[in-house]
Amino acid sequence: MSIEQEVEILRKIPLFANIDSAKLKLMCFASQRLTFTAGQSLCDQGDAGESAFIIIEGDADIVVQNNGPLVVAQVGKNDIIGEIAILCDVPRTASVVATSELTALEITKDLFFRMVTDFPEMGVEIMRVLAHRLEHTTALLMAAREGAK
Amino acid sequence: MEPNLFKYIWRHSKREQIAILLLVLLSMPFYFLSLDLPKQIVNRGILGEGFESAADSQSFLAFDLPFGEALTGAPVELFDGFSLEQQGLLLSLTFTYVILYLINSGFKYSINTGKGRMGERMLRRLRYELSDRILRFPIPYIRKVKQAEAATMIKDEVEPLGGFIGDAFVTPAFLGGQAITAMIFILTQNVWLGLVAAVIVAFQTYLVPRMRLPILRLGRQRQLTARQLAGRIAEVVDGAVEIHSHDTSNLERSDLASRLGRIFEIRYEIFQRKFMVKFVNNFLAQLTPFIFYGGGGVLAIRGYLDVGALVAVIFAYKDLPGPIKELIDWEQQRADVQIKYDQVIEQFQPPEILEPEVQDPEQDASEPLAGPLSLSAVSLTDESGNRLVRSASFTVDSSDHIAILGPAGSGKDHLAMILARLAMPSSGSIRIGTRDLTKMPQSITGQRIGYLGQDTFFFPQSVRENLLYGLRHRPLREPEDTPARRVRRKAWVAESLRAGNTTLDFEADWTDYAAAGATGPEDIDEQIVEVLKLVDMADDVYRFGLSGTIDAEARPEIAEAILQARAALPKRLIEEKAENLVIRFDPDSYNQNATLAENLLFGTPRKPEYMLGALAKNELMGAVLKDAGLDESMLDMGISIARTMLEIFADLPPGHPFFEQFSFIDADDLADFGSYIAKVEKQGKDALGPPDRLALRGLPLNYSEARHRLGLINDSIEARAVAARKLFAERLKREDPHAVAIYDPDAYNGAASLQDNILFGRVAHGQAKAEETVRLIMTDLLSALGLRAAVVEAGLDFQVSVGGKRLSAAQRQKLGLARVLLKRPDVLIVNDGLAVMDLATQDRLQRNVLERRKGRGVIWVLQRPQSCEHFARVLIMQDGRIVEQGSFADLNKPGSALNQILAAE
Repeated sequence: MSIEQEVEILRKIPLFANIDSAKLKLMCFASQRLTFTAGQSLCDQGDAGESAFIIIEGDADIVVQNNGPLVVAQVGKNDIIGEIAILCDVPRTASVVATSELTALEITKDLFFRMVTDFPEMGVEIMRVLAHRLEHTTALLMAAREGAK
Repeated sequence: MEPNLFKYIWRHSKREQIAILLLVLLSMPFYFLSLDLPKQIVNRGILGEGFESAADSQSFLAFDLPFGEALTGAPVELFDGFSLEQQGLLLSLTFTYVILYLINSGFKYSINTGKGRMGERMLRRLRYELSDRILRFPIPYIRKVKQAEAATMIKDEVEPLGGFIGDAFVTPAFLGGQAITAMIFILTQNVWLGLVAAVIVAFQTYLVPRMRLPILRLGRQRQLTARQLAGRIAEVVDGAVEIHSHDTSNLERSDLASRLGRIFEIRYEIFQRKFMVKFVNNFLAQLTPFIFYGGGGVLAIRGYLDVGALVAVIFAYKDLPGPIKELIDWEQQRADVQIKYDQVIEQFQPPEILEPEVQDPEQDASEPLAGPLSLSAVSLTDESGNRLVRSASFTVDSSDHIAILGPAGSGKDHLAMILARLAMPSSGSIRIGTRDLTKMPQSITGQRIGYLGQDTFFFPQSVRENLLYGLRHRPLREPEDTPARRVRRKAWVAESLRAGNTTLDFEADWTDYAAAGATGPEDIDEQIVEVLKLVDMADDVYRFGLSGTIDAEARPEIAEAILQARAALPKRLIEEKAENLVIRFDPDSYNQNATLAENLLFGTPRKPEYMLGALAKNELMGAVLKDAGLDESMLDMGISIARTMLEIFADLPPGHPFFEQFSFIDADDLADFGSYIAKVEKQGKDALGPPDRLALRGLPLNYSEARHRLGLINDSIEARAVAARKLFAERLKREDPHAVAIYDPDAYNGAASLQDNILFGRVAHGQAKAEETVRLIMTDLLSALGLRAAVVEAGLDFQVSVGGKRLSAAQRQKLGLARVLLKRPDVLIVNDGLAVMDLATQDRLQRNVLERRKGRGVIWVLQRPQSCEHFARVLIMQDGRIVEQGSFADLNKPGSALNQILAAE
């Protein structure tokens, strides 16, 4: 798969949908594409987070260690994972384990911050995505409360 | 050392000097004869003196018994000679002249070579004595010696002495003899001419040396300034970090320039004065013949002097200024070398120097040091009167583990030096058992006591050599003997003795394997590995081995073993389900995980012009690429890369870190490539000039498909690249066979590291944790094949470079500890020798060492009190005094000094 194809994939991800293709190309060029086999972990809970991953192909489980492994969510193509650890410098909040052969673009912390500072429009996009996620989580929380009542 | 150079020379070369003097004396009569002969040739041979007629004959080579007339009353003829007529006599005389010339030349040859040999021998002796003295300097003194200056003195400054030593006695004798012979000869021919010559010569010998006095003074200055310059240059090299970090290069530049300026002034003045002296000297020498020709000519015309005699006088005088001039030169040289000698030996006369017996290699050190170690009232005072250690007294068992604790400047450092006998106490006594430590030879202190300071020095050799250094006290095993070597060795020893050098055989095996618990070179590595494990260095050395190269011819067994590992790797990778993590080198296929340059070169470069960075400009590669039809494709690839780079990097400001990390093109060159691409867009590829093409063609060389993913390498390019690789290898074999070690699946690659030889390929890009996994698999594989030891062995060959610069500070201290542990001393003294390591490592190593040395003495100087409890006794030092001593438990009480130190931590 060449960089051009990677750029096409990234464009389909909402986070990058509005970003100039030259910048996406730069991001692809500057980051490593990694292949994981099923069962291999992309990141481990508790480790220091040094990079975020964009899944290009394949599926993975988000696993939290809580008296034994607990799968809390599943992620797949076009999902971005691990950005929380690099944004707010906390250890990985969960492990991510590939459930099939998985290809991901590894975006290092350094690259991520440089992209965001050099291209503010990307920062705004990320804010939008995070805000959406927050809104979604808040809605879930409300629903959960309603349910509890 | 002998302060008078003449006495020094005479003492050590008496016999040779006398032999040469005798030779000179023997040569004198022949020299005199050769002076007399021209007169006879002119007077008898040409002018026919004594020949009544053409038919008349004279006797030739008649020889009377010397003093025969005085003894017997009548001349006693031993040989009445050949009777010859004038022409025959002339030819015989000229022939005799040639013979005499040959004899004189023969004498000159043997005298000169004899002098040369004697001079070189004396120079060797002098240099040896100076080096020997350096080896005997006490440690506190040697710390003040500037190494570059000492080296300059031994190497350069004594050099002229060698030339002079051969001439010291012979030249004045020879030249003086010559001059006197010539002078007497002139006087016998004509007293007045002789007197004139004598007066001028006397004036010359008075005036010229006096004119030269300032030159000598300047010479001394020149020597000192040059020596200091050497010292300063060494300081500039040593202080490079400070110079760069403080931006003081211009200060140093100006200092060096002012020194060079001073040297220039001195040298220029020397030149001016020297040539002035030369002028006066020549003038006086030329004045005499002028008088001879003028005055002697008049005398000859008036008939007071025959022409033959005048010719002979002039001829003899021709030989007079030469010797006189050389005699004056000799006197000048004598004064010069005496000054040099004075200045050099002055630097080699420390107030104290170790007696030669202290370092005598024959001293027996077989008896272990045992019994109580007792110090009584030991003090150390430095030369300015500071009392560094004050009246230290204690008695411990020499096999105990002792900690000496105290703040910096408390004297603990100096006490450790004294205990290791590296410093001599100013007063007091130190005994181990019944023996006086201060009187022990170094063979005992050096073999029975181990010392590790904070700065451990490493010689620019391998790790192994540096570790074995502590076991090399005297030659123990003769090197392999052959008849030729025996003859050479015998001559070598004889010559060494003549120059007063040591005759210990440097080529012998000096390593005392038994002291390290081994039986010989075969099993010493086991001991080395054991101590390396103890000091936490085994893994480091293993890594040195993996990333190091070996000489496959010298170590065929390791190369063979590595090839086994290479062959076994694929199976192992499959077992670990990691077969896709390594893409191996295959001569017939393109490796997507390597760059285009690596694929084309397909080997490890040995010459700089074949290094990957230089390949774009390599002519051979250029020709091959053309032949393989790859150059045009590479241009297309270059254009494509340049376009992409321009697209993605155009918005970034120059100096942005992305350029350095990711770009194929420097920020500075981006504009150039922009203009190339603009040309191509407007006018097509043909518009590109040769330098543009070269620059663009260079871009894809660093391109690796797996890593950069621009989709530039297609099947056709792969095929052509493989063809080019083969073509290149063929041409290389013919034209520059040693430039590149080509990858061959069945052969060990001597230019590549062990690791690369085993891997024989590239770790795949884009596979998660590939490097890590492959490294683990390789380590496992090496252990499974029993090759770990071989790798460690290769690691022991790792060259540590000057002063151990290729090692980290912690590695240096660990290796220093390993070295001192390897020799298994009776008492081990560690003078804060692990200080650069982190505390956890220090504690671990300390425990390892104490564990290993159970029942054998350890004296550890500590900065930190925490680990004191591991020691049987603790001494606390403050202000040069031992303020407390006892076991940790006894001392650790409220109000004790130990308690205060613990509280302060």
